[in-house]
Amino acid sequence: MSQPTTREFMLGEGSGTGSGQTLQVGVGPAHPAMHGIIRIVTELDGEFIRSADVEIGYLHRAFEKDCEVAGYNNAIPYTDRLNYVSPLINNFAYASAVEKLLGIDVTERCKFIRTAMAEISRICDHLTCVGASAMELGAFTVFLYMIKAREFLWELVEDVTGARLTISYGRVGGVKADLPEEFATKVGAAFKQTREVLDEVHRLLTGNRIFMDRMVGVGALSREETIAYAITGPLLRAVGVAYDVRRAHPHWAYDRVEFEIPTQSAGDNYARYLVRMAEMEQSMRIAEQALALMPGGPVNVDFEGRPIDPAAYVDQGKQGKTEGLLLLPIRLSPNLQGQNRAALERVNADDKRVVLPPKETAYGSIEGLMNHFMLIMEGYGIRPPRGEAYFASEGANGELGFYVISDGSERPYRVRCRPPCLPPVAALHRMIEGEQLADLIPTFGSVNMIGGELDR
Amino acid sequence: MTGEQILHRLRDRFGAAIVDTHEFRGDTTAVVERTALADALRFCRDEPALAFDMLTDLTAADYLKFPGREDGPRFEVVYQLTSLPHNHRLRVKVRVDEDDPVVPTAVPLWPIANWLEREVWDMFGVRFAGHPDPRRLLMYEQFVGHPLRKDYPINRRQPLIGPKT
Repeated sequence: MSQPTTREFMLGEGSGTGSGQTLQVGVGPAHPAMHGIIRIVTELDGEFIRSADVEIGYLHRAFEKDCEVAGYNNAIPYTDRLNYVSPLINNFAYASAVEKLLGIDVTERCKFIRTAMAEISRICDHLTCVGASAMELGAFTVFLYMIKAREFLWELVEDVTGARLTISYGRVGGVKADLPEEFATKVGAAFKQTREVLDEVHRLLTGNRIFMDRMVGVGALSREETIAYAITGPLLRAVGVAYDVRRAHPHWAYDRVEFEIPTQSAGDNYARYLVRMAEMEQSMRIAEQALALMPGGPVNVDFEGRPIDPAAYVDQGKQGKTEGLLLLPIRLSPNLQGQNRAALERVNADDKRVVLPPKETAYGSIEGLMNHFMLIMEGYGIRPPRGEAYFASEGANGELGFYVISDGSERPYRVRCRPPCLPPVAALHRMIEGEQLADLIPTFGSVNMIGGELDR
Repeated sequence: MTGEQILHRLRDRFGAAIVDTHEFRGDTTAVVERTALADALRFCRDEPALAFDMLTDLTAADYLKFPGREDGPRFEVVYQLTSLPHNHRLRVKVRVDEDDPVVPTAVPLWPIANWLEREVWDMFGVRFAGHPDPRRLLMYEQFVGHPLRKDYPINRRQPLIGPKT
């Protein structure tokens, strides 16, 4: 721990004149480039960083402890707040870890929905990372363009999940609701605009003299050290290792779509930028293929009988007039878009021990009502067998793993999130030592530290 | 290598020091005696057929309230290993008692263990012998206790400033 100093600085101290005297400067947590949640205590010799000590924990919110006190699905909103720039991936990875522990498989349509939505999230994440780190170098236009593109994608996310940031869309055994109508068309339009923005950003940044001077050769980490620090994701691919959890351990529908793993070899900030730019294009390819291959046909299939009002439906159920009630489709409120019985059957696993029944069944039959209560009431819920499972998915920053231990009760005994941005932050001092203080900013930007996930 | 082959390799090399092995839901796990842990981890990293070059995760679990294990060793320290060349995974676990919660450090093998072991010390109070920088990682230095232990109440507050409860 550094001691605060109140003395006056000595003449020549930290001047870089080789006097051997160094100056300690704390960067953050209030520094805007540190996102308000990181403190780096640097020892400066002139402009050069001799050593650095990175302190984290300012955003610790006891995610792992909170998971232990409620049911399995109750942790979904907490996972939104891990990597809040791409919360869908967290939702799905956590749900898949619990499914692995349960030993159940989700439906094909759900796998394709997870794949497509995770890729849209990944693009949002990379757009934010590249845009924000370009802004920190003064390229404010790039930031505005990329946030504009992210806005198009967030509209898609809002269309599917009903929220923009804290989406809570994943569920153990499926997803909250089916995709809305004409979703693939909307995605096509949004991707077209995103591609235009990426082209524009390429013209603005790639090869730009000022940008290159700040990025090329800065913040580099060797291949051996990157692996030894367990760094995954774009930073690992920037040193030439074509490792991607989506390819190495295919999950959801990644084994049925074609994509490339972009790599670079330099391992510096510029290589990371190029990898992220190339990955966004690959993510759009994956999402487009997933939407094109998605089984299950259109969302609204023809039923026999006329849709009736949900209130009248519930009334009939209460009066015991349940004869044939389960066969009637109902018109759900817009809040429950995509959650009618037919839609939920397509996206959720066929397992009553895990998945909530659709609202028609819960209100239209005593069995459905009991099923609902058995999953919701205190002391009941999803009960995986005693054991443990580790599920890894490719988050926007690298391998996002969830390690879940069950003691056979309705609450997780232990949930461990393997945060993908902790290893690069742990190795940050190796990237900045020996470089200038000003280089700290682009290097820290290229690491894409997300506080929610780093500190949990 | 399949999980069975990896476990076979480990049993060949370490014999009785491999206390328990199991495969559950496709995850391969080996529970290692604490005295053999440092050697076992080094073997996992350096043996060409295993080549676990990445310590993906290092965490712990407190089995104080786990049904059937209340009397056994309280903590388990869990190492998730990944091999990039072979694309296989292994989970290595070591059990430690509450009276003597010390595990040899893995920092010389994988530098990432530095922060991960600091987090385990912070959250569980398991110490790592030979750790170069044994500070807390997420909580502040003045914090009392280890919050992920099962006997740490979730509603306990320890604010640095303001009223304490």
